[in-house]
Amino acid sequence: MDAIILQILNGLDKGSAYALIALGLTLIFGTLGVVNFAHGALFMIGAFCAVTLNRILTLSYTIIDDTQKDFLGNPLKVDVPYVHGLFGQATGDAIIDWAVPLSLIFAIPVMILVGVVMERGLIKHFYKRPHADQILVTFGLAIVLQEVIKYFYGANPIPTPAPAAFKGSLDFGAMLGFDPNLIIYPYWRIIYFGFAAVIIGGVFAFLQFTTFGMVVRAGMADRETVGLLGINIDKRFTIMFGIAAAVAGLAGVMYTPINSPNYHMGMDFLVLSFVVVVVGGMGSLPGAVLAGFLLGVLESFASMREVIDIIPGINQIIIYLVAIIILLTRPRGLMGRKGVMED
Amino acid sequence: MFNLSKKDLSLLILVAVLTLFAPFILNPFPAGSAMAQFNAGYPDLMQRFVIFGIFAIGFNILFGLTGYLSFGHAAFLGVGSYAAVWMFKLLSMNVIPAILLAVIVSGLFSLLIGFISLRRSGIYFSILTLAFAQMMFALAYSVLTPVTGGETGLQLALNDPRILGASQTPEGNIPVPGLFGLEMRDSADLVIGSWVFTFNVGYYFCALVLLASFYLSIRIFRSPFGMMLRAVKSNQQRMNYTGLNTRPYTLAAFVISGMYAGLAGGLMASMDPLAGAERMQWTASGEVVLMTILGGAGTLIGPVLGAGFIKYFENIFSKINDNVLHSWFSFLPDGLENAVVFIIHPFIGKGWHLTLGILFMLVVIFLPGGLVEGGQRIRGWLRSRKSKDNGSASHETNPAE
Amino acid sequence: MSILEVKNVGKRFGGLQALSEVNLSVKENSVHAIIGPNGAGKSTLLNCLVGKLIPDTGSVMFDGQSVLGRAPYEINQMGISRVFQTPEIFGDLTVLENMLIPCFAKRDGAFELNALASVQSQKDILEKAEHMLEEMNMADKRHMHAAAMSRGDKRRLEIGMCLSQEPRLLLLDEPTAGMARADTNNTIDLLKQISDERDITIAIIEHDMHVVFSLANRITVLAQGTPLVEDDPENIRGNPKVREAYLGESA
Repeated sequence: MDAIILQILNGLDKGSAYALIALGLTLIFGTLGVVNFAHGALFMIGAFCAVTLNRILTLSYTIIDDTQKDFLGNPLKVDVPYVHGLFGQATGDAIIDWAVPLSLIFAIPVMILVGVVMERGLIKHFYKRPHADQILVTFGLAIVLQEVIKYFYGANPIPTPAPAAFKGSLDFGAMLGFDPNLIIYPYWRIIYFGFAAVIIGGVFAFLQFTTFGMVVRAGMADRETVGLLGINIDKRFTIMFGIAAAVAGLAGVMYTPINSPNYHMGMDFLVLSFVVVVVGGMGSLPGAVLAGFLLGVLESFASMREVIDIIPGINQIIIYLVAIIILLTRPRGLMGRKGVMED
Repeated sequence: MFNLSKKDLSLLILVAVLTLFAPFILNPFPAGSAMAQFNAGYPDLMQRFVIFGIFAIGFNILFGLTGYLSFGHAAFLGVGSYAAVWMFKLLSMNVIPAILLAVIVSGLFSLLIGFISLRRSGIYFSILTLAFAQMMFALAYSVLTPVTGGETGLQLALNDPRILGASQTPEGNIPVPGLFGLEMRDSADLVIGSWVFTFNVGYYFCALVLLASFYLSIRIFRSPFGMMLRAVKSNQQRMNYTGLNTRPYTLAAFVISGMYAGLAGGLMASMDPLAGAERMQWTASGEVVLMTILGGAGTLIGPVLGAGFIKYFENIFSKINDNVLHSWFSFLPDGLENAVVFIIHPFIGKGWHLTLGILFMLVVIFLPGGLVEGGQRIRGWLRSRKSKDNGSASHETNPAE
Repeated sequence: MSILEVKNVGKRFGGLQALSEVNLSVKENSVHAIIGPNGAGKSTLLNCLVGKLIPDTGSVMFDGQSVLGRAPYEINQMGISRVFQTPEIFGDLTVLENMLIPCFAKRDGAFELNALASVQSQKDILEKAEHMLEEMNMADKRHMHAAAMSRGDKRRLEIGMCLSQEPRLLLLDEPTAGMARADTNNTIDLLKQISDERDITIAIIEHDMHVVFSLANRITVLAQGTPLVEDDPENIRGNPKVREAYLGESA
């Protein structure tokens, strides 16, 4: 029992990331009809927003501190971040400590801008081209974005810690009456899960309760009809692309303390997120979210020692295996709609 | 001759000339000169040209003709490599049985994967092939380590049985792949003045296989089967209502292209007898897509050009560094020289992938028909200029390829 | 002697009963029109005949054999060819190649791995395709891309492709929808000629009364998923039930 709860919890954070990326992919596919292979790159750019802000905040100048000596007895050189000068030492340190959450504010405008530029500058021209062309051009874009990040930030993962307040873990098992230390769960993962839930809820509420969202949903159901109503759907779709980019980017920002960002993280997540979208059902938002969590948890179950002992290597392939089975038995995915990509 | 039309025959001869004289064509600069770094006539690079050419020719039979975009073809190449290395370990160092087994095994794998994946089309097909390939990669990397060598890859060892050969050479080394006494790594140098041309057994073996593969692909393109595949790409609905079952057609194309990939993998292992899982990764599958598109999907010669182009520039770009750039632009004033080098710097050396990505996007956006379409456009432009000069507008319309 | 027997066919989509108790009998060598207002179930019925849909109840017999449960390509091989509302041709291929494909399908069946012989060496097929193109008056367009042709020409090509398979039953789904008057009349003439000169049965779904009464020698009126009446054209014209259900609306 405790092991099962632990695995479910472990699967939730990865599942959250899958769900958030898949949500954006589905929004873009549902509204614009474009299969976006560069969506993983948006996730990665989000993560590097956090890295960038962290670097900006820790920009330092060097002073020679006479009160401290290094081991040779010389005065110690100390790096002092500029934020100390601006906000004082205590506030400055707190700001640096909270760099990842602060990056959310920084990332939103950046990601929306990146998304809008991408849509207006490139993807717009591919609406009428075959799906294969869309895949290819966004694939090319993903390579370019990834290489640009690699050029500026190098090939190694860059550790980006969570605020000190969230280090450590919650003894979840003790709360449920199990023995202590059976089910422990890092605080930041709880935060990530909660964050994902809020974002997902926000996107759904936005689509459900605003006129903008209503038009977008109508457009997802039948683009031509909405176009006939004289509503400028293209502009709304551009904004939708910006929102999808922001969702992916924020997912990336918050993921940095869980996995140190590197330039190819986007592609790693993208391949799996595509599988998630297809399993959930092309064009179905609830399907994308459901499949994201489902596959995240499944993956975590498959990595249990007991399971691996029975079927070695299952943790490596479980997601693909599930995807293959689902695609063959339920061609539209778990919650796919009729008429979407059925050619 | 060869049962080909005049046009196809000249294409075949062109490829034959290019491959057979590659050691000359790719080494235009004298050894030791400043331009020698642009030479590409080294055995292992030339081998890569033709091996990836074969891979792309096969991929084109699937993607170019039927329009089914597979994102997992590298898996078949990897399987072929493993099969060939196992043949070297167990049977003998002769490359023929190794390559045969590579083709057969990859054919079986592609039959199974194709049978399942082709039940869906469009993006679903792409994702299914991607999923299968990633699954095979993950398995080869982890659980199947006894068969695949896992992270280190599959290598030959001194104590391999090699029942029809020898486990070790008399000197106590691991024997090298060969063809009835000819070792694949053997080379002969021809020195003319300050030029050095290297003729490598392995390269010429690969080149002959490429020619055979290219010839076969021409025959397939011009056959009723090839026409049916183009019809699948054009209108599946009409196919079905014309009494044709599209699935065996697409499956046959998938298996043929999988076997081409296996052939390429087998050749790769024959040139350098080891196999690693990274050959199966989806980035490797993406590379062959790039080659085919860049050259021109659906054209005969496009994939060969694309493979050569990408592998050549990969090699050249990786070799250029800042010092080289400075020496090129030394004629500029210092400030300008530094600025130019600074701008170009991200695109060279390790930045090759960035250049490749940009190039690829430009091709998809502006030249969906790839290099072949580019060539046709230039030819059309030249022709229209010429006819304008002559004062006569000749409207020659060729049925497009 | 009837070549197509539809008995008690019913088809339900969720809450919608698209077809119920459809009985239809198409006589050999006749031109049988199926008419009815929008949503009467004409297209659903047609899709049940060609294997795109499988009816929930009833039977569809073609020449004494059931077509139910067979894939579209198998039904086509039994001798039923279908012409679509918007011409379905191979747009990326040349006109000649378009014509070659059904000829190959007729000769080689559903699948043939004929991967090494060149198309040019298949003299019998080439001859047949060229002949058919001439018959369709499009021999001069043989090297054109099919997608580049006018809609009327595409329709003509599609009909020619179907005929080259020597089908026993030709099904047409509103073949003149969206056509200019001149193209419509050309199509009517073509179909008349086909019906006169060939040993073929034509079943046509049509909206345009002009087309129906120019061609058909038997008419079934479908309304709300079920046949209202089946009779000769003269009687249909005078039938008050039909006038009420259909002609009344459009007149």
